[in-house]
Amino acid sequence: MSLRSPLSRVLGRGSAGEGVGHWWIQRVTAVALLPLTTWFVISLLGQSLQSYDAMRGWFGQPWVAVLTILLVFALAWHAKLGVQVVIEDYVHGKGAKTSLLLLSTFIHVGAAVAAIFAVLRMALS
Amino acid sequence: MNQRPISPHLGVYKFMYTMSLSILHRLTGCAAATGFLLFAWWLMALASGPAAYATAMHALSSPLAKLLLVGFTFSFVFHFCNGIRHLVWDTGRGLERAQARRSGAMVVVAALLLTALTVWFGCRAFGLAP
Repeated sequence: MSLRSPLSRVLGRGSAGEGVGHWWIQRVTAVALLPLTTWFVISLLGQSLQSYDAMRGWFGQPWVAVLTILLVFALAWHAKLGVQVVIEDYVHGKGAKTSLLLLSTFIHVGAAVAAIFAVLRMALS
Repeated sequence: MNQRPISPHLGVYKFMYTMSLSILHRLTGCAAATGFLLFAWWLMALASGPAAYATAMHALSSPLAKLLLVGFTFSFVFHFCNGIRHLVWDTGRGLERAQARRSGAMVVVAALLLTALTVWFGCRAFGLAP
């Protein structure tokens, strides 16, 4: 059994070489997230979460803001790619699959923009 | 066209415990993605002002929310540890059956220990416990 589709056999072309793009970005964001999440969790747990002023003061520091934005960016991208694969693998039916992929993309981008805006507002005010 | 193989072939494998770790990696990844939404909501509350933050922290202190936070913590920590395992595999190392089983056991132990540690310090940061 050939793994190529009839269309691909007729066209006789090789791959576009872009198939690993998704896989590669998943790895790049994973590697970035190892130090970013480690730093964030350890630093956050050293704060007094109940104190509004203390938390605002913490996020108001330039390096905390920059690292948190990097964290949110990598995290949202990594999560979006991961959830996409899960939907593609387990949701069958074109309509349901496309709707869920669209919804997942909107939610991830929305959450990332909200989180980054929140950090910027705290750092710049 | 219809004859082309379609992944994943969930029904054709004999069950192995390394398999449950692989499934758990996806489940914890999805849970951690949900936790990210909660994190974004929390950041927005903090950026919105003292009243919004107080409301958010009050919502997070309910028993159900605490249980959820522990679940998100385990999900994130497990996905983190098993993710390192996947990155090592990507370099072509550790793929032998015995090695994969051993690293799988290490991931489970590390994830449970780190979850307990994070929850402990999390309680302190929350102003609970000693």
